[in-house]
Amino acid sequence: MAQVVIRNLNKKFDEVHAVKDVNLQINDKEFMVFVGPSGCGKTTTLRMVAGLESITSGEVLINDTVVNELPPMDRDIAMVFQNYALYPHMSVYDNMAFGLKMRKFDKAEIAQRVQEAADILDIGPLLKRKPRQLSGGQRQRVALGRAIVRHPQVFLFDEPLSNLDAKLRVQMRVELKKLHNRLGTTAIYVTHDQVEAMTLGDRVVVMKDGLVQQVGAPLELYNRPANRFVAGFIGSPAMNFLPVTLADTDGSLWAVGPEFRVKPPAAMAGRLRGHTGKAVLLGIRPEDLRVTNGADPADHTFEATVEVTEQLGSEILLDLTAGPAPMVASVEPTVTAKVGDRLRLAFNPDRLHVFDSQTEASI
Amino acid sequence: MAIATIGAAARQNRQRNPRPRNRLLEDERWLAFTLLMPTAILLGLFIAYPFFKGVMLSLSSSRVGIEGDFVGLANFAKIWNDSIFRTAVWNTFWYTAVTTVFKLGFGLWLALLLNRHFKGKAYIRAAILLPFIIPTVLSTFAWKWMFDPTFSVINWALFKVGLISARINWLGDPDLAMASIIVVNVWRAVPFFAISLLAGLQTISPELQEAAAIDGARPWQRFWYVTWPLLLPVTMVVVLFSVIQTFADFQLVYVMTGGGPANATHLFATYAYQIGIGTGLLSEGAAISLAMFPFLLLIVVVQLLYIRRVETR
Repeated sequence: MAQVVIRNLNKKFDEVHAVKDVNLQINDKEFMVFVGPSGCGKTTTLRMVAGLESITSGEVLINDTVVNELPPMDRDIAMVFQNYALYPHMSVYDNMAFGLKMRKFDKAEIAQRVQEAADILDIGPLLKRKPRQLSGGQRQRVALGRAIVRHPQVFLFDEPLSNLDAKLRVQMRVELKKLHNRLGTTAIYVTHDQVEAMTLGDRVVVMKDGLVQQVGAPLELYNRPANRFVAGFIGSPAMNFLPVTLADTDGSLWAVGPEFRVKPPAAMAGRLRGHTGKAVLLGIRPEDLRVTNGADPADHTFEATVEVTEQLGSEILLDLTAGPAPMVASVEPTVTAKVGDRLRLAFNPDRLHVFDSQTEASI
Repeated sequence: MAIATIGAAARQNRQRNPRPRNRLLEDERWLAFTLLMPTAILLGLFIAYPFFKGVMLSLSSSRVGIEGDFVGLANFAKIWNDSIFRTAVWNTFWYTAVTTVFKLGFGLWLALLLNRHFKGKAYIRAAILLPFIIPTVLSTFAWKWMFDPTFSVINWALFKVGLISARINWLGDPDLAMASIIVVNVWRAVPFFAISLLAGLQTISPELQEAAAIDGARPWQRFWYVTWPLLLPVTMVVVLFSVIQTFADFQLVYVMTGGGPANATHLFATYAYQIGIGTGLLSEGAAISLAMFPFLLLIVVVQLLYIRRVETR
């Protein structure tokens, strides 16, 4: 049982206010992912939970105990670092055993726990090697092993996969997920990769400029982003944003762009009424766009010119312009579009997003 | 047909690029020889020849102005029975051992402090090097003045504080004189240790300290299990350099005490100088100098073997 609570957490480095009033509750057995661009404060927040960074104001609680003043060793946490931070002069076995030795476990217990972790991670044959004799993926496993032998209350991961090549990263991601399912230890995972965040997290915290933008399950962030930043950050390729004006014509609401005009679905109209006559941002994900088959109502279609086509095999990414507005559409691989073609695109009206252009909040 | 064409082409090729029959440097052996020549001449002229000359001198009865004859190991037999030489040998070992321990201790301590983040770090680090930058003879003269029986600022300070009531004759007492030159040597070399070890410390990732802290290691355990083993190769090289330099030290003792009082602070080098140049017994001085060689060789070999073991671990 371990839950982590963060209350009004702040961190200032001289001039820089790196973490601003962060409030979070990470439940027992939960896999929580902090995601955001570099410098958003996610790693600093993690390091404050670890005790590696002093807390400017606010509180961190592990199991209802304020740990602000506790040194890292007394917080019962384990951390996996981006560069693995394996002790280069110690064997794999000694690396994994170090934390247990420091905590004065007896030799038999240490041997048993290290063997257990080595079996889980499939690194049994490597125990006698030195870190420099291992590949990146193997080092990563040893770093994980060092964390799990201690049976800590909380795992902290600081971008653990970012030094691996793309293929290995996908593989380790799956293994991390399996490991968490098996051990069920509460985990906080920091990454700048939204795919890792979506696939690993039970819940995801999106941060920017030291502020929490949104907290929620991966699909919640994807389907109902709280603001333009979250909408653009989650999902790949990123959501398209089209500046439009909301206009009331003949009693119905239209989103009017420079060279197109679409009708938001009736379900949204109520929320949008208040913004009539104002400039807003229309958000459409590339995967919610398709080439019209003629059966789509004219209200939900518009014309665009193909600028670039990217063949991915399973889909085609079209870079288009609708008037001055650039956008990306992910369409069926059967579409035969060439550069310069003018296409009529249809969007899925249920998956339209609208953002206030001033506050960038979702409407 | 095809073969004939290839043969013709090869012939043509040969005509265009004639084989270098008379070009000596095209031969790798000659090229290597030529390239190595300047180094070989320099090493031979300035290291091998003086060394050889020193050996020959030590086996002769040369004095200043007198060529002398070959006398075999007579000079070595003579210094073996020379009580001052024995004192000098003992002094050299004692001087080297004690200063190395203190230099390493203070140097490491200073390096660990300087490895932290604080304001004006760069200036302090630069300032630390000052004792090392000043010419040894100059700084040693300053120290000599501080240890002067009449004008000693150290005596003055101790007297004002009330710790002593009579003057201490720092350089006049055999034990105090040895302690004094040890202090000056440590003072002069600590910066070298501190900066070298600091460079070593900076190659150790701070993440390792953090990992160890999370693993439950207390500060001194982090030092002992993580920092120290990783710093060991650098430490060994620094100690090796320092030992060689200290073992063959000359300037400091020559300026401070001249080997006195009553030959109590002679080292190999100062005694060799006194006998060889001061007294003019060139051959005996050479023998004393050479007697240093086997000791130094042993120390260097042992340390190099140890360094190799540490590095391949």
